[in-house]
Amino acid sequence: MSGTGPILELRNVSMHFGGIRAVENVSFQVEPGEVVGIIGPNGSGKTTLINCITGFLKPTRGKVLFHGRDITGMPAHKVAQLGITRTFQIMRPYHSLPAYKNLVVPLCSPRARRTGGWRGGGRHGDRDTVALDILEELGFERDSRVPYQAAGTLPTGYLKRLELGRCLALNPEVLICDEVFSGLSASEIASLVPLIRRINEQGLTILMIEHRLRELFQVARRVVALSYGEKITEGPPEEVTAHPKVREAYLGSEEEGC
Amino acid sequence: MNAQPQRRKERIDRGIKARAETIYALSSLEELAYLLGPRLLFIVGFLALPLILAPWPYWHRVALSVCVLGLVSVSFDFLANQVGLVSLGGAFFFGVGGYTAALLNTAWGLPPVLAIGLATVVGAGICAVLIAPCLPLRGIYFAIVTLMYPLLMTRIIEAADILGGTEGFRGITGFSSVWTEAYGLILGLLVGVFGLRRYLAEDAGLVIRAVKENDQSVRASGISVAGVRFKALYLAGLLGCFAGAYYVHMYRSVGISAFALDLSILPIAATVIGGGGTLVGPVIGSLILVPLSEVLRDFGSLRIVVYSLVLAGFVVFRSEGILVFATRKYQQFERWVEV
Repeated sequence: MSGTGPILELRNVSMHFGGIRAVENVSFQVEPGEVVGIIGPNGSGKTTLINCITGFLKPTRGKVLFHGRDITGMPAHKVAQLGITRTFQIMRPYHSLPAYKNLVVPLCSPRARRTGGWRGGGRHGDRDTVALDILEELGFERDSRVPYQAAGTLPTGYLKRLELGRCLALNPEVLICDEVFSGLSASEIASLVPLIRRINEQGLTILMIEHRLRELFQVARRVVALSYGEKITEGPPEEVTAHPKVREAYLGSEEEGC
Repeated sequence: MNAQPQRRKERIDRGIKARAETIYALSSLEELAYLLGPRLLFIVGFLALPLILAPWPYWHRVALSVCVLGLVSVSFDFLANQVGLVSLGGAFFFGVGGYTAALLNTAWGLPPVLAIGLATVVGAGICAVLIAPCLPLRGIYFAIVTLMYPLLMTRIIEAADILGGTEGFRGITGFSSVWTEAYGLILGLLVGVFGLRRYLAEDAGLVIRAVKENDQSVRASGISVAGVRFKALYLAGLLGCFAGAYYVHMYRSVGISAFALDLSILPIAATVIGGGGTLVGPVIGSLILVPLSEVLRDFGSLRIVVYSLVLAGFVVFRSEGILVFATRKYQQFERWVEV
């Protein structure tokens, strides 16, 4: 694959559920190393779009390209194998397993075994150590009980980080975050922002669905706005939020979040 | 207001568990003995069983039936409580294993050891491939469909008059001595139970448990959920087919009763009594159920009433099962504290 050209490209992607058009004719490109935000009011089709990209749904129409290769309708685990991973908006940990064992699962996947997991760490150490390394990087204090606690007993802030950890363990090229900031306190978000920036600096392309615009704009240089399943506009955060249709659809009359 | 002081039971883990559930810190021989004691008791107990029961051939046979039902029950427990597939296809595993061994022995003249070994490996493959199309089903739907498999097999064998029809196969080679018969089976049971427990403690087993907890996350981690379930199905099939194949060589005949529904239902009872998810529990459940059922033979039709009462009693009063209860008592101190 050449270094030029988009890493991820959506061409006229539509997803219909019966008569409901959850996503309609959405196209955009993501360049390697970029952080792109996807915004839109509730029900505008953001998560459905993610599901279409990651293979959890097969788009009704349109194409999803990864490095120019058609991955439309590929099963979810194959998409993850290629290096596109996603977090879930509603966290999906393995409740009864200790937190660090949650990361051992993706470390067992063929991709992690091939690439050595996050930054190739697994080529040398065993999986438990690599899992603890990743968790430490994500703010789980290594010498505390936290990484060894059953995931089901962890508070939301840690679970969000655990979701990120599960993705990073695969050593992905593209990380898709489905509202990682939601449900977190201001201070928790403040500590996540530099973390996401750091992950991006290590070469990951990041796609972020977000409602918390102020925090999103601290990391995303480009934003795609959706409303009723359609793309309204895309561009730098200032332009997008200034766009009259975005104001109308998403921000309403409020100026909050700009 | 309630005048009585409120009390609650406080439970404290014994000190040798360090951090995670599977990491222990042992500092003395007593602690080692404490940890290994129950396991050794179980293993030595089963190995001694044929010796103890040698004077009573009838009970000797019953002990072997315990092992056979134990294997099928472990297979059920593994699928239901570790993989999250409630399978009522125990009889299917058993029957496929039994018929495969019978065919290998009568048609190709393979000796029992080879016939049983091959029937276990090949039979489990057949079962896994045939049940694989049902893997996308969940919960009760998977249970219903797998229940149909053994029923379907008996009807096909009857109607098409294949595989010996209603007569089945006779004249299958038996074992050279009572001892090889008993110890082969007991060894198979011990290897099956502890092998499976070992496997579940490895990373591959971790993935299986993860699929049960959250299959979406496993898919997002680049692991094929269908692939993991198929592998688990094969492992469960190994236990069931081994039991069936062994049984056929013990009784030197096989018929459509190898697909009898008992073998799909009794494992549930054994698992409930013994303790689900433990893999050893279902064996203990079988150890109670099978002899109980023999003792109750004298009661005629009242037998099923007593049997049901025992089962109902367990469900109501000890639904966690004997082994889970015993493990908790063993690993934790309990005391009453005032609130």
